[in-house]
Amino acid sequence: MSAEARLEILTRVNRAQPAEPTRFQRPARPVSGRDEHDVVEQFAEYAAEYRANVIRTSRSALPAVLGDLLQGQVQVAVPKDLAADWLPAALAVHRDDPDLTDLTVITAVVTGAAVAIAETGTVVLDHGPGQGRRALTLVPDHHICVVFEHQVVESVLEAVQRLHPSARRGQPLTWISGPSATSDIELSRVEGVHGPRTLDIVLVAGPP
Amino acid sequence: MSAGGIKPARPFPAAARDTLGNAQMRRNLRHATTTIREKRQRAVDELPNWEALRDEAAALKDHVMAHLSEYLLELEASVQARGGQVHWARTAQEARSIVAALAQRHGAQEVIKVKSISTDEIELNAGLAAHGIHAIETDLAELIVQLAEDQPSHILVPAIHRNRAEIRELFQRKLGAELLTDDPKALADAARTYLREKFLSTTVAVSGANFAVAETGTVCVVESEGNGRMCLTMPDVLISVMGIEKVLPTWQDLAVFLRVLPRSSTAERMNPYTSFWSGVTPGDGPQEFHLVLLDNGRTDVLADDVGRQTLRCIRCSACLNVCPVYERTGGHAYGSVYPGPIGAILTPQLLQLEDENANTLPWASSLCGACYDACPVKINIPEVLLYLRGQISDAQPPSVQAAAFKVAAWVMSEPHRFEGAIKLARTGQGPLVKHGAIHALPGLLAGWTASRDLPAFPRQTFREWWRQRPAAQEHGPDRPEDTSETAGNAWEPL
Repeated sequence: MSAEARLEILTRVNRAQPAEPTRFQRPARPVSGRDEHDVVEQFAEYAAEYRANVIRTSRSALPAVLGDLLQGQVQVAVPKDLAADWLPAALAVHRDDPDLTDLTVITAVVTGAAVAIAETGTVVLDHGPGQGRRALTLVPDHHICVVFEHQVVESVLEAVQRLHPSARRGQPLTWISGPSATSDIELSRVEGVHGPRTLDIVLVAGPP
Repeated sequence: MSAGGIKPARPFPAAARDTLGNAQMRRNLRHATTTIREKRQRAVDELPNWEALRDEAAALKDHVMAHLSEYLLELEASVQARGGQVHWARTAQEARSIVAALAQRHGAQEVIKVKSISTDEIELNAGLAAHGIHAIETDLAELIVQLAEDQPSHILVPAIHRNRAEIRELFQRKLGAELLTDDPKALADAARTYLREKFLSTTVAVSGANFAVAETGTVCVVESEGNGRMCLTMPDVLISVMGIEKVLPTWQDLAVFLRVLPRSSTAERMNPYTSFWSGVTPGDGPQEFHLVLLDNGRTDVLADDVGRQTLRCIRCSACLNVCPVYERTGGHAYGSVYPGPIGAILTPQLLQLEDENANTLPWASSLCGACYDACPVKINIPEVLLYLRGQISDAQPPSVQAAAFKVAAWVMSEPHRFEGAIKLARTGQGPLVKHGAIHALPGLLAGWTASRDLPAFPRQTFREWWRQRPAAQEHGPDRPEDTSETAGNAWEPL
């Protein structure tokens, strides 16, 4: 049945599709000349506007900052390949290796990111090294995402360009702008319907 | 059952008469559309090149339409190369059968669903129920609509016509939730508790798709609550139903649409969550993926030179929020899962202008053009509305209406005939006038007052007043001077 349906739909499309009057040209993409510092500041501001907690730090202070954020968290999980020197040495964490079977007992998770977007205050995970499988940043209620300033791009367009290799490799992507939210009840915004209720973005200055 | 299909049960004027009487719904809608409208303008103004983006989005979609078979084949090949399976459905019935067979193959009694209008269009929930499979809506608003056995009334906020007290009562009754307050946070928590168990235990999920990229085989779902991420990640099997017009040529083309969609739709810079996946990823997410490509009337729309632009639609709902007709009648009056201005052109076209109820929808408009201004892909909705009106009228046999217009033309072509007719009407209207207006005309004219009032004929016509004025011929009427009061009321953009 499906082969027949496929043939019929394609035949119908072929008959129906118009001749293109002028071949579509994608507009030239101007390269942003904006100051990198401004772009990072805008990202921090816009991410915070979407109720992510943005914490600024340096590479050397990263373990201490993460230690503070994880104070009181009993079950912390991280991707199997998260750089060990990000975390305070004394902290006990679950490595997702092999896969943790019950993510519902995890209270917080720490990951890296692939790209962050200033124009929208978005962090993007391409689930590559240090970012874990998708469920890891979905089921636990608190997501701490480490973003390096050099990962921040100005626009959605630049982000899409930078993510092209991941897409070509077939990696899944998750774009996150603030914590989970709904406005379905009388347009009142409520955070944390199903995804993490708390999103901390640790924005790290300087080289990785 | 929230899945309502696209065939209106009644003509628009009859359905609108009922919904207009629902004061609660009108209050909710006015609040919602006004709020979103104002926020959206701010979100749009923030981008310096909004008009250029609209042009680009429209041109890209037109390009896709001109090469649709090519991109569909490329998409099919890319999805298959990533371990996904592709199915083709000519009709709603065929799409329902495909999804039901896949769910049955996995022995599923329940499936979880991401909010998707294409699955509402094909009445998937009812289709699955016929096979003994219960579809659970996981979007908060869709869940509310489903539990209330109601219909969605807005593309984006389907339960916008319901208030918190109604939702609390519903959750207590249907979910057994103990709710001390009707605070939205408490209500959302109740839904979270109920659905979490479903997300972690259900093996088959069904979604729609906002976009799919031919080049990479990437499918994309845009959402806010995380219910989408849950459905797309936790189950073993994922089935996505997608209209054939949603394909995009290249990965980079996503940039245009990810800029225009959230700003037009929820008036946000970006929605909280956007998920992308290509086929299956070993060790991460569903290990079986099916993409169902749906025609269901779209190729007929594609074949029409004027109507084709309707297929550019990215379902953002910006046109609903600016429409004066939608704001007053609400989504239910349109009788289709596609309400508002876009529904008024999409629904009758998908039904090939053969459904007599859907064929009333192109008249559900004041032709004010606000929808065209708001549309991020520049669908000229007023143009399509007028075009469809013409198509539908031309297809009808010569009518009483046509004969009446002939008489009217004869009467109006001579001033003395016209004046005589007015005098006659003034005398004849006596018993029909109530509070300065005629609410019900008799006989063949009843149709005019079925959905509107007719102002009573005045005691004196302009011509009569003109003739009575002394020396009217020499000076002409006085002009009122502009006052500062009217000058101060300058029009302000939203």
